[in-house]
Amino acid sequence: MDKSPQALTAAVAAVAVRSGRRAERGVVYVYEAPVRLWHWINAAAILVLGLSGYFIGSAIPTMPGEASDNFLFGYIRFAHFFAGYVLTLGFLLRIYWAFMGNPHAKQIFYVPLWRKSYWREVWHEIRWYAFVAAEPKKYVAHNPLAQLAMFFMFTLAIAFMIITGFALYAQGTGNDSWQYKLFGWVFSIWPNSQDVHTWHHLGLWMIVTFALIHIYTAVREDIVSRQSIVSSIISGEREFRD
Amino acid sequence: MGGGAETFYGVIRRQGITRRSFHKFCSLTATSLGLGPLAASQIANALETKPRVPVIWMHGLECTCCSESFIRSAHPLVKDVVLSMISLDYDALIMAAAGHQAEAIIEEIRAKYKGEYVLAVEGNAPLNEGGMFCIDGGKPFVEKLRAMAEDSMAIIAWGTCAAWGCVQAAKPNPTWATPIDKVITNKPIIKVPGCPPIAEVMTALVTFITTFGKLPELDRQGRPKMFYSQRIHDKCYRRPHFDAGQFVEGWDDESARKGYCLYKMGCKGPTTYNACSAVRWNGGVSFPIQSGHGCFGCSEDGFWDKGSFYDRLTTIRQFGIEANADQIGMAAAGAVGLAVAAHAAVTAAKRLTRNPGSVAQEK
Repeated sequence: MDKSPQALTAAVAAVAVRSGRRAERGVVYVYEAPVRLWHWINAAAILVLGLSGYFIGSAIPTMPGEASDNFLFGYIRFAHFFAGYVLTLGFLLRIYWAFMGNPHAKQIFYVPLWRKSYWREVWHEIRWYAFVAAEPKKYVAHNPLAQLAMFFMFTLAIAFMIITGFALYAQGTGNDSWQYKLFGWVFSIWPNSQDVHTWHHLGLWMIVTFALIHIYTAVREDIVSRQSIVSSIISGEREFRD
Repeated sequence: MGGGAETFYGVIRRQGITRRSFHKFCSLTATSLGLGPLAASQIANALETKPRVPVIWMHGLECTCCSESFIRSAHPLVKDVVLSMISLDYDALIMAAAGHQAEAIIEEIRAKYKGEYVLAVEGNAPLNEGGMFCIDGGKPFVEKLRAMAEDSMAIIAWGTCAAWGCVQAAKPNPTWATPIDKVITNKPIIKVPGCPPIAEVMTALVTFITTFGKLPELDRQGRPKMFYSQRIHDKCYRRPHFDAGQFVEGWDDESARKGYCLYKMGCKGPTTYNACSAVRWNGGVSFPIQSGHGCFGCSEDGFWDKGSFYDRLTTIRQFGIEANADQIGMAAAGAVGLAVAAHAAVTAAKRLTRNPGSVAQEK
């Protein structure tokens, strides 16, 4: 790359011009590239994990032929484990980005439960979704109610799934594996791993429920709240339409 | 029985084994354990001088299936364990003494071998009503257990009763049947779960303790690693059918005849830690899955309270009805889906019915 002073100055100028243009258009840059990339990789991983996980729990119709000619259930489990690793690595990088990225990148990792004004705004959002409040408030990133849902139904749920998932995975890799060393403590809580399977399975439905609400509200607010939501997670820009 | 001070060497000499054969045995043992040449004489010395480990075997709230299993051990034969390796000083089931005579032995052993004997407990102690649901020798069993545990070296918790609670601890557990490790907390406890445990696992554990004079390595749950570190599933001979996706779907279908995987029939092999698929039962003849029936998970915690033995997904009772994770999850997701649809409908209706003037103003 050209690292001459002129080129650098030109690049800085370009950034300044871009953000200047954003301000002119009434647009704010919210979701940085790593967040957007993570969002879609994460969504794909969850899709694979959810489908393969459902089939691991309920099993597929029996396969004809010799056992040596088939490996379908093995492939389904492989897909689950592979997507699990993708999700976990993504989640760890996302935590890293919470520290490195812009202030909005931290939002899904905490809820300011101690702040009175936060609860007032949550109450307004509840009124808005209950069709009581006539006008929505505008937020650059997630609204307070979304932050609450995001933290409990997504961030905590995914962390729970990663922990229980690796604990179950450790059953296959054995008691000497690093997975067991890191996550074996789960079996001190539930000595019978059958319970861990059940909780992991309930976690799937928690995430399915989250996805339903997440997609619905994103599309709805995009239409009703007169601000961009759906396109924001592609372009990273939040546009206010009035 | 009795005479706990006798050594292993003394006993086998009495049974007509020559000193030459004894030393051959010691060298062979040292070699098979991968120890150096000097170890043979150390083993010989230990077996000649160390008194055999005294064992007290007590029966709490249980069905004696552990003892029934134990006496069927083939390798080693249970007679060798009971008559040569250990000094089984008290076992209500197989001892000759009875009544006050028997109870006198237990007090004698406790005083004479303080801190040296192994307490093997079959069954558990009910704690409700001061332990009155299990009376042993005129006293609540829990008192006898606490007293004998006090001066023991270690405790072996035989079977799922002693290790986890088993059927008498299943909900609603009216007698408050409580596993040994919840009653005795200050002694090393080896859990040997299974209903019953495999005979060879039981005798091998006793052999290990007497040969090495120490307890085997235990896992997180307090089970000996050598028998409980892998699941039935990990060594199941039907595992290739699992990976291939070939499942039995009914007890009389073609897949059942072909011996496919019993996963869909509720086999608990994937969540059960035991040695059945490696050691098998009745001298290595068979084990449940080999006989065409799924694993119950009898060596796991609370296996009676996880719904049907024949369901893949566990029954969850917390919601007042009996349902599994899929039914609860689908109901929740369905309810939320309906709510979302209704919400969307109201949103659309509100937008359509807004008076045209305000829309025009907005634009």
